[in-house]
Amino acid sequence: MLMESSVSAANAAKSGQPYLQIVDVVKKFGDNTVVDHVNLTINKNDIFALLGSSGSGKSTLLRMLAGMETPTSGRIILDGQDITQLPPYERPINMMFQSYALFPHMTVAQNIAFGLKQDRLPKAEIDARVEKMLDLVQMKKYAGRKPYQLSGGQQQRVALARSLAKRPKLLLLDEPLGALDKKLRQQTQLELVNLIEQVGVTCIMVTHDQEEAMTMAGRIAIMSEGQLLQVATPNEIYEYPNCRFTAEFIGETNIFEGHLAVDEPDFVEIASPDLPTPIFVAHGITGALGMQLWYSLRPERVYLSREQPTEVRNQASGVVHDIAYLGGFSIYHIKLASGKIIKASVPATQWRDEPAPTWEEPVFISWGDNDGVVLTQ
Amino acid sequence: MSQKISWFGKTSLGIGFFFLYAPIVILMIYSFNASKLVTVWGGFSTHWYGELFRDEAVMSALGLSLKVALLSSVMAVALGTIAGMVLARFGRFRGKSLFAGMITAPMVMPEVITGLSMLLLFVQMQQWFGFPEERGVLTIWVGHVTLCMAYVTVVIRSRLVEMDRSVEEAAMDLGARPMKVFFVITLPLIAPALASGFLLAFTLSLDDLVITAFLSGPGSTTLPQLIFSRVRLGLNPEINALATITVLVVGTLVIVANRVMARAEKKRRLLAA
Ligand SMILES: Nc1ncnc2c1ncn2[C@@H]1O[C@H](COP(=O)(O)OP(=O)(O)OP(=O)(O)O)[C@@H](O)[C@H]1O
Ligand SMILES: [Mg+2]
Repeated sequence: MLMESSVSAANAAKSGQPYLQIVDVVKKFGDNTVVDHVNLTINKNDIFALLGSSGSGKSTLLRMLAGMETPTSGRIILDGQDITQLPPYERPINMMFQSYALFPHMTVAQNIAFGLKQDRLPKAEIDARVEKMLDLVQMKKYAGRKPYQLSGGQQQRVALARSLAKRPKLLLLDEPLGALDKKLRQQTQLELVNLIEQVGVTCIMVTHDQEEAMTMAGRIAIMSEGQLLQVATPNEIYEYPNCRFTAEFIGETNIFEGHLAVDEPDFVEIASPDLPTPIFVAHGITGALGMQLWYSLRPERVYLSREQPTEVRNQASGVVHDIAYLGGFSIYHIKLASGKIIKASVPATQWRDEPAPTWEEPVFISWGDNDGVVLTQ
Repeated sequence: MSQKISWFGKTSLGIGFFFLYAPIVILMIYSFNASKLVTVWGGFSTHWYGELFRDEAVMSALGLSLKVALLSSVMAVALGTIAGMVLARFGRFRGKSLFAGMITAPMVMPEVITGLSMLLLFVQMQQWFGFPEERGVLTIWVGHVTLCMAYVTVVIRSRLVEMDRSVEEAAMDLGARPMKVFFVITLPLIAPALASGFLLAFTLSLDDLVITAFLSGPGSTTLPQLIFSRVRLGLNPEINALATITVLVVGTLVIVANRVMARAEKKRRLLAA
């Protein structure tokens, strides 16, 4: 298998094409546009996550890749082949369903063998591959069991083995860990990534759990109302979101609404009614004076102090409104004079020699010139 | 959780059971009556059972009824499965409600009308094509299939609708063509519904009198027809004996079927949990 895949990888590399191309794909159900002009390219052996809130069209996009739905318009190209019109049973793509969709009347081994049987492989080879898959997901002991005799985690592993058994060019995972409880989920995330990397398969997963996406995927697409808002690495998405939706969807953030007050080539100032002084940003942006802007500031970038900071810009005073104690750090909710509540994440180590600020205590917040992100939409 | 049943509940339950089962129990008791008069107890005897098995008219009517019931229920299950698939899986298509309505019409239409309209059809067909030559097993069979198929379609359709479609999609995703998916995945999963549809069709066909009356010809008398005509001539403990056997056979079948269904249901529950 490794030989096969490296050959096609070489092919893809030679022609300079990405492995999977989704070109301007639209899907409408009646008048309802569920997937809206999506363009996406994915490289070989990527682990890619589609992240978005419920109803944003993630599953529909995935189902179009699997062939369960046909795009209203647009093309899907896998490894140089246009597969837009291929029926699901002819696509070199396998999917692991959110509900696992194991065949209840077949044993674990028969479930895994099902796909191989459809290819009419010789029995000896089927047996060998099933054996290998059972080994891979550590389910050898349970080969003869029926799905209803397995726990949720075990069912998930069988479903994964079944979708990997045919050595697909593309593996699709719809909420792969959605049915597991939180503890098992975190443990399984890394296991799953290791397995996928070990097998060396290109993988697209759908999730609405941002932690899961950040842990597992090399690249993430943020999807909202059928459109891809941003496609980038977990780090880029978190540090440099390109719109308010992404900034607020991934992690916690404080958003200040304002307008461009000073526009210089190497710095700008944003005047916000929420703050007493304009926000100073130590780089230029492209935009007209007076245009509406948003400034996103992550809680861990907000510095909390009792004394007024010496730096005059990028600070504000307020009182402690609420404290969420989380052990290693606490989230302070600071109420500014304007009434706006700012979240600040404060490490426990900051208060070594003095007691931590408490409710209603006056405090100052401050941040660096490059700590936040200017958003234009 | 054990709940105390109030005296009112107990009484209503008792009355309910009495009305349901007392006639049957009386019927069974009188089948062991030595007297020829149904309403006069003349001592215990199994005489009428022997009489029943020697009665050739009853035996051939029973044979015909079983044959018709078996043939009709097999055909009704086959057609009902196809119709159920079309209604549950093919999405929306032109004339779908008309199709659904036509298929389930025999359930709501008075049987007299179903029987009469089919009789007219067969008479007309005979005039035009010379087929079917006469009314008999074939015409009864067609009539029963029409009736039973309506019920089977409803049973199978509702099972298909509540079934998790992703199991079928997974099979297709793994390379099975739609036909194969149907035979290897869908059919085994709806097997309990097929079985209950079959039993339903079998009993419906076995005790149908009205449609049969319109569609049967000379020499094709089913058991319900025979019983009906005999009873009109006067009650006879032999019929009681026949009824007792029927009740026992049907009762056993129902219990077995319930057991099988309950086991299948339990497995499904476990998997869903
Ligand atoms: N077969 C269908 N017919 C009509 N509308 C549909 C169909 N499938 C999905 N939709 C609609 O498309 C929208 C997107 O659905 P989709 O299942 O892709 O969302 P999702 O992003 O996967 O959400 P979730 O996180 O809840 O799974 C929903 O509003 C849904 O109602
Ligand atoms: Mg979904």
